[in-house]
Amino acid sequence: MTEGIRAIAPMLPGIVPFGMTAGIAALEAGLGPAVGIAMSVIIFAGAAQLVVAQLLGDGALPVIVILTALVINLRMVMYSASLAPYLGTLPFSWKAGLGYLLTDQSYALSITRFMANQYAGSRHWFFLGASAPVWVVWLLATVLGVWLGSAIPAEWQVGFALPLVFLVLLVPVVRDRPSVIAAMVGGGVAVAAYQAPYHLGLTIGAIAGVASGVVAETLLRSRRRAGS
Amino acid sequence: MSSAVVWTVIGVIGLITFALRLSGIQLLGGRELPPALERVLRYVPAAVLAAIVVPALVHGGTNPGLHFENPRLLAGILAAVVAWTTRSVLATLGVGMVSLWSIEWALAS
Repeated sequence: MTEGIRAIAPMLPGIVPFGMTAGIAALEAGLGPAVGIAMSVIIFAGAAQLVVAQLLGDGALPVIVILTALVINLRMVMYSASLAPYLGTLPFSWKAGLGYLLTDQSYALSITRFMANQYAGSRHWFFLGASAPVWVVWLLATVLGVWLGSAIPAEWQVGFALPLVFLVLLVPVVRDRPSVIAAMVGGGVAVAAYQAPYHLGLTIGAIAGVASGVVAETLLRSRRRAGS
Repeated sequence: MSSAVVWTVIGVIGLITFALRLSGIQLLGGRELPPALERVLRYVPAAVLAAIVVPALVHGGTNPGLHFENPRLLAGILAAVVAWTTRSVLATLGVGMVSLWSIEWALAS
C-alpha cells in the first residue's frame, strides 16, 4: 500500500486546484456549499462534477444533465475493464470499494505497472494506496474551494485548471493514429456543436470522436492488409 | 431548479458513475474484454477528454473564439506543449495559469 501512496504522491498537488474549482463551480452555479461537498463524495469525478454544476446552474433538463455525466464518465468502463484481469477475482466488497475509488490518476498509474509486471506485491493494496489519497485530497480541496470560493478573485480564473488537468490526461491516451483522429474529431465536433440545443455539444463531440476512431482503425487495418 | 431535483440528479449520477466504475472488474471477473467492445471503448478516453478540453479553450474566458486574441486558447496551446513534453500536472498547471495571466495582462495593456 505504501508503494501505491508513494507512486501517487507527485500527482496530489495537481488535484488541489482542480478540486477547489469543483467546489467553486458549485457555488457559482448557485447550488450551495452542501451540494458542492456532497457531489465530491457521491459523484467523485472532477470533470463530471464541474460540467454537472454548470448545467444545473444553467437550468438544463435533468435528463440531459444525467446523460452528459454518463458520457463524461463512460471512460471509467474502459478503465474498469482493463483492470479486470488484475482486480476481477477479488471479493465483492473489495471490488466495490476499489471501483468507487477508481479515477483517471489512479488508473493511469496502476495499469502501467500491472501490465509491465513491475509490481510483485498484492495489486489490490497497491491500487488502494494509489487511490485513497486522491479521494482524501479531492474532498479536502472541494471543502477548501467551497470555503474560500468567494474570497478568490474572479480574475484568477481558477476554472482554467480543468482543461489544464485534462490536457495532461489526454497525452497518454492519444498513442496511435486512430486515437489521434478520435481526439481531433471529438474536440473539433464539440467546438462546432457548442451551440447545440440541450447542452448536447460535449456528447455529440464524444460520440463523433469514438465513431471516427473505430472507422479510422478499420480503414488503416484494411489498407495494411491490402498493402502486405 | 428545486433542491429536491438537484439532489435526485446528483444521486442518480452518483449511482451511474459507481456502476460504470464497477462494471468491468465485476462483470468480467478475471477475464479479458470481448474484442468488439474493446475496439469501441478504446477510443472513449481520447474522444471524451478532447471534447471536454477543446471547447473549454475555444469557448471559455474573456475573449472566446477561434482567434489569436483568445487568452485561453493561447495559454492552452502553450500548456499543451508542456503537457506533451513533461506529462506533469504541476508544470502544465503552472505554465498554463501564468501564461493565461500574462496574456490577459498583455492584451489589456
